[in-house]
Amino acid sequence: MKQIYFDNAATTAVDPKVLEAMLPYFQEHFGNASSLHSYGQTAQGAVDEARDKVANYLKCKSQEIIFTAGATESNNLVIQGIVNYLSQNNKSLHIITSKIEHPSVLEVFRFLEKQKLAEVSYLDVDQFGLISIEKLKKTIKSNTVLVSIMYANNEMGAIQPIQQVGELIKKVRTERGAKSLPLYFHVDAVQGLNYLDCEVDTLGADALSASGHKIHGPKGIGFLYLRAGVKVRPVNYGGHHEYNLRPGTLNVPAIVGLGKAVELVKNYKNKNVIKIKKIKEALINDLKKIDNIRFNGPENGCQLPNIINVSFLKAEGESILMMLDLAGIAISTGSACSSGSLEPSPILTAMGIKPEWSHGSVRVSLSKFNSLPEVKVFVQELKIAIAKLRKMAP
Amino acid sequence: MAYSKVLMDHFKSPHNQGTIANADGVGEVGNIRCGDIMKIYIDVDKNDKGADYLKDVKFETLGCAAAIAASSVLTDLAIGKTLDQALAITKDDIVKVLENVPPLKYHCSILAEEGLKKAIEEYKQRKN
Ligand SMILES: Cc1ncc(COP(=O)(O)O)c(C=O)c1O
Ligand code: FES
Repeated sequence: MKQIYFDNAATTAVDPKVLEAMLPYFQEHFGNASSLHSYGQTAQGAVDEARDKVANYLKCKSQEIIFTAGATESNNLVIQGIVNYLSQNNKSLHIITSKIEHPSVLEVFRFLEKQKLAEVSYLDVDQFGLISIEKLKKTIKSNTVLVSIMYANNEMGAIQPIQQVGELIKKVRTERGAKSLPLYFHVDAVQGLNYLDCEVDTLGADALSASGHKIHGPKGIGFLYLRAGVKVRPVNYGGHHEYNLRPGTLNVPAIVGLGKAVELVKNYKNKNVIKIKKIKEALINDLKKIDNIRFNGPENGCQLPNIINVSFLKAEGESILMMLDLAGIAISTGSACSSGSLEPSPILTAMGIKPEWSHGSVRVSLSKFNSLPEVKVFVQELKIAIAKLRKMAP
Repeated sequence: MAYSKVLMDHFKSPHNQGTIANADGVGEVGNIRCGDIMKIYIDVDKNDKGADYLKDVKFETLGCAAAIAASSVLTDLAIGKTLDQALAITKDDIVKVLENVPPLKYHCSILAEEGLKKAIEEYKQRKN
């Protein structure tokens, strides 16, 4: 049975070119990048090169890139780091995020709120999953020090108006003047890195998180872009690595792989976007022929080219997932049945989507390794699954 | 989380799926918030000793694989039993057949147990 992998928002296959770049750094050039001898120098050279590649993509300075074990760590480092640093000299801090962030942002905000380290505002989203700049503007207070908004959502692909947020923050900062509290803008760009403009000056971002495994790089590696001058308190202690912000022996093969993956994104982004958009269009056209469905998320322009979120009435998402898995197809679902809490996807709920629709929601997420013929097989199997499950439903 | 082979077999080819026309009792249970619905249909007859027994049981389920499999197992366990025997069926009996049900999915078996109890209750009420 041919396997079809349509779950690329969860993780992606490592690109063969990435693997090839990594391999020498396991056995041949295995040195510790902190060592002074030539083993160490070779490793350090490879790390420097990877850092340059990432900086080249974001159009920032290499010293502004901190390698981490992934976006979860990047998000924790920047959010906890900013609040912990500023709370040393300031009593009441206010921070803002949205209701549809990834748990690695949302849970950090909830933790800081619970610890009374900061007051938190959680921005609503509209029916398409988009935040409102007007609402954000009204939410920013004189003691707001951080706004963290994801570039694109992992469940339904909504692309937030990041540039507009960046502009707003810059304006507020200028109005505040140099002597008052800083105001920083952090972007969780994990899902956007592959497909969207990630030049930090264009976005107006002071910090940006990403993960290797979502862009055909290795797992357990990521980076945090931190604009020069932004002060954070480290989360971990125990070494001088990564500008004293992230101690621990560098994972050289993974860093090399991440650098290569970012380079490939930069060089082939336009080509990949065109290919994936075609597959997505074909998929949407075929799905529209199934009755009692709805698409969740924004219309084309504001949605990632690789994500479709669609709901089927009277067919439960986890059952759809299992049936497709039996046919060799991997997708994901926002159904309450598949969540640890037995609650429907908080993201779909924040968009005002009713439980009976969330119940039958599935996410299809594509990559450059997918193809048009896969769409035909997928839709065929999906139709069988939906018909079978609907027949079983009361 | 992984489902057992037995569970997957029941999910792939559930037993006694469907409805019973003019059923003697119907039990509908569910969880509105998460969206699961289960409907158990029973056909009651008298056995040789003159006691009420479940001649046929069928189900309709909107829910996860564990809920569909639990419904299927429930019907297997219930068919042929007297009403008293059927009322004694618990979620543990269902879980035992399904092997290794993830704890998070016990409630799907509870749903099946409750569905049958409700159908029998309805039958008894109708009779009185
Ligand atoms: C939007 C978003 N942020 C953060 C993460 C966390 O990335 P990682 O698991 O690599 O730390 C993910 C991946 O699940 C994500 O989709
Ligand atoms: S029916 Fe929802 S978890 Fe089983």
